Amino acid sequence: MENPLIEFQNITKRFGNRTILDGVNLKIYEGQVTTIIGKSGTGKSVLLKHIIGLLKPDEGRILFNGQDIGNMGKKGWNDYSDQISYMFQNNALFDSLTVYENVALPLKQTTKMSKREIDEKVMARIEQSELTEVIHKYPSEISGGMQKRVALSRALVTDPNIVLFDEPTTGQDPIRKNAILGMIAEYQRKFGFTAVLISHEIPDVYFISNRILALYDTKIVFQGTPEEFENLNHPFRDEFIQSLEGLQVELTGLYSKRHFKVRYQADLGKKKPHETYVAVLFALEDMETIIENLGHDAAQEMIRALGSYISKHFGAVGGFSSRQTINEIGTILPFSNLHEAESILVDFIRDLKEEGLCDLSTEATFNDDECFEFRILGGMSEGKPQVEIESIIEFARFNQKEIARFQCETRKQG
Amino acid sequence: MKQKISIMSPINAAGRWALRGVDEFGAAAIFLLRAFVLIFRIKQIPSIIQQVYYIGARSANIVMLVGLFTGMVLGLQLYYTLIKFGSAGVLGSAVSLSLVRELGPVMTAIMITARAGSSMTTEIGIQRISEQIDALSTMRIDPIRFLISPRIAASIISFPLLTALFDLIGIVGGYITGVALLGLDAGTYFYRVESSIEMQDITGGFVKAIVFAVLVSTVCCFQGYFAHMRKDSYGAKAVGLSTTTAVVVSCVLILVSDYVVTSFLL
Repeated sequence: MENPLIEFQNITKRFGNRTILDGVNLKIYEGQVTTIIGKSGTGKSVLLKHIIGLLKPDEGRILFNGQDIGNMGKKGWNDYSDQISYMFQNNALFDSLTVYENVALPLKQTTKMSKREIDEKVMARIEQSELTEVIHKYPSEISGGMQKRVALSRALVTDPNIVLFDEPTTGQDPIRKNAILGMIAEYQRKFGFTAVLISHEIPDVYFISNRILALYDTKIVFQGTPEEFENLNHPFRDEFIQSLEGLQVELTGLYSKRHFKVRYQADLGKKKPHETYVAVLFALEDMETIIENLGHDAAQEMIRALGSYISKHFGAVGGFSSRQTINEIGTILPFSNLHEAESILVDFIRDLKEEGLCDLSTEATFNDDECFEFRILGGMSEGKPQVEIESIIEFARFNQKEIARFQCETRKQG
Repeated sequence: MKQKISIMSPINAAGRWALRGVDEFGAAAIFLLRAFVLIFRIKQIPSIIQQVYYIGARSANIVMLVGLFTGMVLGLQLYYTLIKFGSAGVLGSAVSLSLVRELGPVMTAIMITARAGSSMTTEIGIQRISEQIDALSTMRIDPIRFLISPRIAASIISFPLLTALFDLIGIVGGYITGVALLGLDAGTYFYRVESSIEMQDITGGFVKAIVFAVLVSTVCCFQGYFAHMRKDSYGAKAVGLSTTTAVVVSCVLILVSDYVVTSFLL
């Protein structure tokens, strides 16, 4: 594997008699999204603050491109810290400055850019974050979600190479949480920075993360991909992850990917080798264009509405569903063959066109005259119990075709 | 053994207290030095002007009000004291010298401490506990340059100006009681004011004002900046206690330093 961009070697941090980090070792790779998960109060923020130098370790060293940041000279430290931005858990916005002034602050204070250049850059970030209408308001005059977006804009306005996000979704409703995670993922793809974030949004955070680090009982107990994390066998999972995943199922009706696999094995493991089942993969087509035109919140609301509709419809016939990627929802119909599943799907498509699209289209309508057209795709594949679920889903993806389309003309006629 | 501990305890406590005092004094001196050096930058000018408005212009009304009544009460007290010796004519001298040399700088500094100093501590303290100061560090903005230096510079500008305003209004207050209410001759009052005040008195008053400005702004900013380091409380309570400490320490330092500076000036 390539050399890590940032590496913790045996980092120990104590506050008085309390040990927060005990011999922590971890690696963060360039250009990736690394997510640190762990229970509240276990030292995730402390860990993140070590990277930017707000806290110094009692023992151990932190390497940046192989160089110990504790031994860097002033110039070396300035060059290092120039590349990093930090988004605080509570936003840390200046309440005596307006939204515009908050975002512009790092550029005004640390660069020699002209007023016009600063204005252009700040306005670009503000527009991307859908904050144009509140630029002259103070943080206390805008909602918590907007404050998060202001903090995000401020963190990104200097075009940093590394961005540290300390619980960027805390205190947000489920739609906003996904919108913020989506925004981070989109910006990371667009600007290519290395992102390190602390999040409890399991499993949603898996969709945007390349690597997961699990902090448990003062140590890092797991480092690896989200797929590897799905199979983690550790008390951390029992104490923390399962409860969060269970809550997710209760709230949305959609299973986490791990629960989805467990249910898959439980329901289909009893089947005889020749018995079949059907997997259906739905997708909201071209999510990036939807985000570009309607914004992150609306896009997340649409995928949530679609998921909820699918879960309600197929749950009635024993099906179970899970979000597979940022815009795809997979459904297993364990008691149906291909012929029956086709008939169920036809009913679903009819209901979706008659009712479901109305829910989704609410988000796609700007005003009485303007709206945004979108398509929903669906694909089916037949599977057998001994076949890996991933390959069945992949086959369903291959079979995807349009099953419903929201057209502005239809809406006007309706 | 227990007996020995109880005998030594007050001495130990006094030693700890003294060490903590020396420690804090050293930290505050370094804090002031860093902040002072960082004043002299072009980018600081707008922030300094803004702080002059908050510390200076917005304190003007209260300083004028207090100045007026201080002058009036001085006029009243001194008139009835001087008349016993048949010297009511020197009321102008007594009022103006008291104000310019002592009461002007001291009362102005105490009023600004109460109004602007406490607000400095609270504002900086809240910025500290809400991680705004950490945010500045992560943005590579020196918090001392950004938050502290403009306040110290603005205090050094504002204190002497407000002191001058206090002196002027105080002399008018003395005129109101001495001349308008008690019937002293207006010409005598102003002649005494003009003839008794020398340039040395005015510059002495301004020197005191500048010393008070440095002390008050440093103490108030220092207390707010390190509000999170308090061992006796946390969060909002720490900010509240820091504000109280800042005001008390500032007032004590104003009076102590007033004596020291006066002894050098005379």
